[in-house]
Amino acid sequence: MNPIKLFYHVGQYWLMLRQVFRRPEKRNVFWSRFFDEVNSIGVGSLGIVAIISIFMGAVITIQSAFGFSSPWIPLYAVGYAARDSIILEFSPTIVSLILAGKVGSSIASEIGNMRVTEQIDAIDVMGINSASFLILPKILASVFIFPFLICISMFLGILGGFVLGVAAGVVTPTQYVYGIQYDFRPYYVTYAVIKTLFFGFIIPSISAYQGYYTKGGSLEVGQSSTRAVVYSIIVLLLFNFILTQLLLA
Amino acid sequence: MIEVKNLRKAFGEKVILQDFSFRFEVGKSNLIIGESGTGKSILIKCMVGLINPEEGQVLYDGQDFLKMNFDGRNAIRKQIGMLFQGAALFDSMTVKENVMFPLSMFTNMPYDEKLDRVNFCLQRVNLENVLNLNPAELSGGMKKRVAIARAIALKPKYLFCDEPNSGLDPKTSILIDELIEEITQEYNMTTVVITHDMNSVLEMGDNIAFLYKGNKAWQGTKSEILQTTNKDLSEFVYATKFLKQFRDRLEKG
Repeated sequence: MNPIKLFYHVGQYWLMLRQVFRRPEKRNVFWSRFFDEVNSIGVGSLGIVAIISIFMGAVITIQSAFGFSSPWIPLYAVGYAARDSIILEFSPTIVSLILAGKVGSSIASEIGNMRVTEQIDAIDVMGINSASFLILPKILASVFIFPFLICISMFLGILGGFVLGVAAGVVTPTQYVYGIQYDFRPYYVTYAVIKTLFFGFIIPSISAYQGYYTKGGSLEVGQSSTRAVVYSIIVLLLFNFILTQLLLA
Repeated sequence: MIEVKNLRKAFGEKVILQDFSFRFEVGKSNLIIGESGTGKSILIKCMVGLINPEEGQVLYDGQDFLKMNFDGRNAIRKQIGMLFQGAALFDSMTVKENVMFPLSMFTNMPYDEKLDRVNFCLQRVNLENVLNLNPAELSGGMKKRVAIARAIALKPKYLFCDEPNSGLDPKTSILIDELIEEITQEYNMTTVVITHDMNSVLEMGDNIAFLYKGNKAWQGTKSEILQTTNKDLSEFVYATKFLKQFRDRLEKG
């Protein structure tokens, strides 16, 4: 993308956000849409988050156990390493990347399809702020529900590491439990939640932007959906770096 | 009444509308006719603010819509009902929810009252037993009728119809035309219809503007259009074999 186009899109993105964060037309309609989105984004993603977290937790545990083959390293370090990897990076970042694929593409294609079938024009002509009506509940629902999903992912990741690690015979239950309690810093959870709040904003807003300004037909809706995932991931990784620098360095 | 004055719209070098002026009368079906690609849809989109023209005025009962801010425009738009070419029903909602949507957004009616209004609007467009169907389960004509029901739910002052009978069979087209005509008179609305269907023109053309290459090339009524001496309009009106034969027979007496 050339720099001029990049500035154009950044400017248009901010203009869209200005429209999005206007007062909703009707509060009860807004809350109803908000809870629908919480259900769709949050509850709808619970299955994939759970499966990925359990197996990734298990793999992290087994890999750590094989990596720590030296007799000088105590086996409880496996639980310790698994806990920190899951809390610091796997749950907030990797799960958010997966959600960028699932939630981002769904938002972009839903809004893009509404754009090309003139449904957004119909909302505008009725005198409703379409950006606020369609996008605000999605952004706020994501910001609200992502931290819960990530906390669930942390719990299931650590649990998956325990159950499957013990079942695979790479660690004993006592060592693992001791490891996940050893030198625990609650701030790491705070750091993960703060990151997730940002990701919960980045993913739906960038995806909605791609969908909202779709021009053309179904082919372009597909392209918008792909762009939504790609740009969300890039911005998410950039913010992951910036926030890690700010919060941990 | 809606009055458009000296409207100009271009996309880059390509001029779509050039100095277009027209007065859309209250209680009448005001038709914009013309070939495909002459700027009819652009005109209607400029009039409702979906596209911003470079120059000109769009006056809703004397108020310049184009000079209004976001909130001012939305206040006017709340009095507008619009039927889109593809109906533009919300896919994620049932027929009932589609028609109820403007009522939920702009009124504080209790649910039962809203449901009564939805039923009334659907009966008005001759639709029954469709409340819980999704738009995907409806035929093209039914979608258009649901869209009309949604458009009239709030009893608008202005009704815009973008090619209301495109993609419909002749019989359903006539039904839609008659419906628009009846509703216009019933609610004393200012109705703006874009069409290139000559049946519609002859059915409801109380006040017609012929758009040709972005300019208003002719203005008149349905009774005047068949006797036109305007060459471009004549080519448009008598483009079908049926009407050509009709003209030839008339000329032969």
